[in-house]
Amino acid sequence: MYFLIVDSLRKTDVFSTETPGYVGFANLPNQVHRKSVKKGFEFTLMVVGESGLGKSTLINSLFLTDLYPERIIPGAAEKIERTVQIEASTVEIEERGVKLRLTVVDTPGYGDAINSQDCFSTIISYIDDQFERYLHDESGLNRRHIVDNRVHCCFYFISPLGHGLKPLDVQFMKAIHNKVNVVPVIAKADTLTLRERERLKRRILDEIDEHGIKIYHLPDAESDEDEDFKEQTRILKASIPFAVVGSNQQIEAKGKKVRGRLYPWGVVEVENPEHNDFLKLRTMLITHMQDLQEVTQDLHYENFRSERLKRGGRLSSHGYVLPLSPAYVPLCLPAFLP
Amino acid sequence: MTCLAGGRPQGGVLRGPDLLGYVGIEAVLDQMRRKTMKAGFEFNIMVVGQSGLGKSTLVNTLFKSKVSRKSCSPNYEEKISKTVQLQSVSHVIEEKGVRMKLTVIDTPGFGDQINNDRCWEPVLKHVNEQYEKYLKEELRVNRQRKIPDTRVHCCIYFLPASGHWLRPIDVEFMKRLGKIVSIVPVIAKADTLTLEERTEFKQRIRQDLVANGIQVYPQKENDEDAEERLLNNTIRESIPFAVVGTDREHQVNGHRVLGRKTKWGIVEVENVAHCEFANLRDLLIRSHLEDLKQVTHDVHYETYRVQRLTAGAVHQGGPNGSDLESHL
Repeated sequence: MYFLIVDSLRKTDVFSTETPGYVGFANLPNQVHRKSVKKGFEFTLMVVGESGLGKSTLINSLFLTDLYPERIIPGAAEKIERTVQIEASTVEIEERGVKLRLTVVDTPGYGDAINSQDCFSTIISYIDDQFERYLHDESGLNRRHIVDNRVHCCFYFISPLGHGLKPLDVQFMKAIHNKVNVVPVIAKADTLTLRERERLKRRILDEIDEHGIKIYHLPDAESDEDEDFKEQTRILKASIPFAVVGSNQQIEAKGKKVRGRLYPWGVVEVENPEHNDFLKLRTMLITHMQDLQEVTQDLHYENFRSERLKRGGRLSSHGYVLPLSPAYVPLCLPAFLP
Repeated sequence: MTCLAGGRPQGGVLRGPDLLGYVGIEAVLDQMRRKTMKAGFEFNIMVVGQSGLGKSTLVNTLFKSKVSRKSCSPNYEEKISKTVQLQSVSHVIEEKGVRMKLTVIDTPGFGDQINNDRCWEPVLKHVNEQYEKYLKEELRVNRQRKIPDTRVHCCIYFLPASGHWLRPIDVEFMKRLGKIVSIVPVIAKADTLTLEERTEFKQRIRQDLVANGIQVYPQKENDEDAEERLLNNTIRESIPFAVVGTDREHQVNGHRVLGRKTKWGIVEVENVAHCEFANLRDLLIRSHLEDLKQVTHDVHYETYRVQRLTAGAVHQGGPNGSDLESHL
């Protein structure tokens, strides 16, 4: 009976030696690991960009699935009057026992109207709504199963056809950079030669600096990480904004099947790092998923929360009413007399 | 402008179809591990029991370092205090790159007086005060990124090895505290019991616990799945652990072991045939440390929070200590 407990632990111990002086709390990271695997992860990714920049194709390529099986692309006449919609699809991906619940928020209609003056207020309301909902859940009485639908990352698609950022791009990114992690992405990068791509990237980075836009910065690798990880982080940081090509079609190239786009002059391979930055984008997203969530929680959400609480009053959007007193400031707790 | 009602994500949940390749989600776990290693861990453990039951020795043995000062050490000058005073000592210990800030909360004076009526109250008050501190910080407008966690994650309650039943003071204490903190009862100085006496004593204690409605760790309702339930059932059938603590080493069969040397033999502390110290250590540290913290955060703290927030709306004058107790 005693040995059942001890044996089941020995299997999971990373360090199995009974060295004298060994207490065993070095096993803590494994305990945390086990609990996270059981719990799974939630991640919400928003994609914003004009129609036809390949957003949906890219999302499907990133997660090797088809999120939009029955898609009907509306014709131009319909698009004129269209306003920005918010469409969220959720998919659960499981790999080697790790579950990821991924929500992709698409924003069709962005930039489509002739007058795009107001097209991002819908998007900003959506982001704020998720924060509001989370704040409400977090302040409620039953916090057992809070679902985190806050937007953790926003891929902003930049057209490769211009010479940098368009005024709409600048305005939009400035409007959301304090609410969500912005990752700029150059779409349909197969229209650019390597030199043009480098020039465009530099141009975009300059303009981002010039306008004071705060994009998501990858955290530097720690000094105690292994060299490979440090090198990977260096390469990723140097390639922002990522220039990507998306495709889910399998093409025969050089004797093997690759995902790519077939042109008369050659095949653009999606997963070839020399052709485009797709793999880098995916690596960045996956390895930094946790950090993206943390920055959303610790920075963007906390900012939203402080602003919201300072404004005070009942949290009453969409009819949510808190079970607590209306003056939601720290003094609301009656004095605790021990 | 249109936005879907309530901004709720729509679209069905598509079950992970056949993935067309390998996405690499595991890398997220690596990131998590890196971060948790860097951040370090905190663990707050409280030891409750009469003086002389070997509390400090046991804590020192558990963590293989002198984190607690033993009352039997030569220069210890304090007399039995008139009231129960709580003393908190923190240490940072490190093992294989994992850093832990361990806080041991001692309760000298507990159960030592002639009249021990309500001697559990300072302990209750301390536990609730930590929850209150955490709650206050959580409610602030500008709150810290990582709220300092001083909540008691585990309370080891020392039962003297009488061999009979739970004493009234044990019942009263565990009844009240079992509702707000995870209690792990142990039989102290168990080298006075033979194996048969030990088994019978433990059975009687388990019966007593059930009869009095006392909740000890691991609580049945917190088992998340069948695998955990199986493991926890095994643990529940062997509590309370009969332990012996020491910091002295002796030579046994060519090895140096921790043990107590007597004329009739050496009690080896880490030998599961002699006492259950290794099981206690494995439970507390190697397998369930994270779970203890989680239960404290997800269950005990939430219970406190709900009580506090709903009571606050009613008692404008503010609940005082005895009001809270009436909720227990």
